[in-house]
Amino acid sequence: MHPALSIIFFTTSSGAGFALLILLGIGTPLGLLPASQAFGFAALAIAVLLAASGLASSVLHLGRPERAWRAFSQWRSSWLSREGVFSVFTFLPTAIFGIGWVFFGVTGGLVGLCGILAAALAAATIYCTGMIYASLRPIHQWHNSWVVPNYFGLGVMSGVLVLDLLVRLWVARPWGVALLTFIVTLAAWWMKERYWRFIGATSARSSVASATSLGSRGKVRILETPHTEENFLLKEMGFGVARKHRVRLRRVARLAGFVVPALLTLFALLFGGMIGVVMAALAVASASVGLVAERWLFFAEAKHTVTLYYGAEAV
Amino acid sequence: MTSLPESRPGQKQLGLVIDLDICVGCHACATACKEWNASGHMGPLPDFNPYGDAAWGVWFNRIHSFEEGEGEGARTIHFPKSCLHCEEPACVTVCPTGASYKRAEDGIVLVNESICIGCKLCSWACPYGAREFDADEGVMKKCTLCIDRIYNERLVPEDRQPACVMVCPVNARHFGNLGDPQSEVSEMVAARRGNNLMPELGYKPVNKYLPPRSARMASGQFGAANAVVPSDPASPTDLLLRWVDRLLSR
Repeated sequence: MHPALSIIFFTTSSGAGFALLILLGIGTPLGLLPASQAFGFAALAIAVLLAASGLASSVLHLGRPERAWRAFSQWRSSWLSREGVFSVFTFLPTAIFGIGWVFFGVTGGLVGLCGILAAALAAATIYCTGMIYASLRPIHQWHNSWVVPNYFGLGVMSGVLVLDLLVRLWVARPWGVALLTFIVTLAAWWMKERYWRFIGATSARSSVASATSLGSRGKVRILETPHTEENFLLKEMGFGVARKHRVRLRRVARLAGFVVPALLTLFALLFGGMIGVVMAALAVASASVGLVAERWLFFAEAKHTVTLYYGAEAV
Repeated sequence: MTSLPESRPGQKQLGLVIDLDICVGCHACATACKEWNASGHMGPLPDFNPYGDAAWGVWFNRIHSFEEGEGEGARTIHFPKSCLHCEEPACVTVCPTGASYKRAEDGIVLVNESICIGCKLCSWACPYGAREFDADEGVMKKCTLCIDRIYNERLVPEDRQPACVMVCPVNARHFGNLGDPQSEVSEMVAARRGNNLMPELGYKPVNKYLPPRSARMASGQFGAANAVVPSDPASPTDLLLRWVDRLLSR
């Protein structure tokens, strides 16, 4: 599948933003995070900025962005519509939570409840994003049970790395958050590796034979494609990544996305203070690079059944 | 509305039957479709850089060619592919705006161009590549089953068929109600054992493909004798003919 940069930016940025909202919405009412109003402002502003800029980027991907408001109407059947609805709903309790915390210094009571509600809706939003991909039957690399957990895992990892950095500006040695960050990074890495193993070992049941209803006389192979030039289907779904690029990008995703952030988080955990802040900032930067590589591969390694009509032997 | 219409048994499901035994790969159906849709319900279909290098554009009907088998039994099969107007089209349910819909009255799957936002998710959901993005108008387009022909009272009744069906020079394309087991097309599908494409994905395509018939290779299968048998030499006619033959061969 063609990896559109607007969608890569959308899923990574929004994933981090909504995940950060989950962490703040649960952590602050439970007293696990600094109660400082300045911290609340910084953290929520960054979370909302990440989420909203991601959503804005996704609108730019549309052929008719001026009609994007129509995408809220089909939540009964469409995961994309549900994602839109939940993302907007998330901002309502987030606003109350934010105003209560930042302007009134309140983190319990109704404000705290709105925080929890915002966390739940943010989680629902991430779930819907993952389901958009997981519900697509023609794409075997997406239509499996690893995709939604990976969206959660990678989202929470990126969110908690940002949280670790922010908390360190208020607390010299945030043991809880730092430990959580380390564990989540390793867990997200494990899930990604398992996903890669799954797609490397399996392919779709669909074949050229089932796509053409032929095959009783022997192997079916393409003789002539219907056109000599490109078309929308090949541009959008015919994208393939050369093996050496795939190997290189996976290495980048692994190192920058998981290994380096995990090590830096560990150092930050051990040293604390200003060193901790610098380590955490580098971890966020590294993870950003790694996640872009990971998301690019998520698209580039996905094969669509339409390629069976254009010479692919398996998807 | 992107929820699917409630399905009732015996419901009208208009669609095409494509005979892979006959199709010669002439592309007349692709050309007719492109021409008809130069205007009409989904027209115009764009062509980018049409007279230059790397021309490309939106077509609803594309003809692929495959080879099946090896050696003597192998066949070349031409494979026209357009929207299969599935009974359970995921392209309809994934649409966030309701632009993609399946008509309850005849099962035709369409795109409402005025509300489509061009997110392309329907083209990802279609395993057959039936939907293409019109980069000019920013919306998705697909085969309409010539909805602007089949109900068009300005056409004589015999012309109220999809353009691709009318133009096929070898009668490899048929149009009708595949939801009615007694319709001509349904009986054709039953007699020739018509197939669904990618049935494992569960979209329940309405268009059916008739498989190529087995080649009748042995001479006995098409009426000729297996060997030339010499006639009885004692018959008078044969004696006369043999004398004439010898006379003429001198």
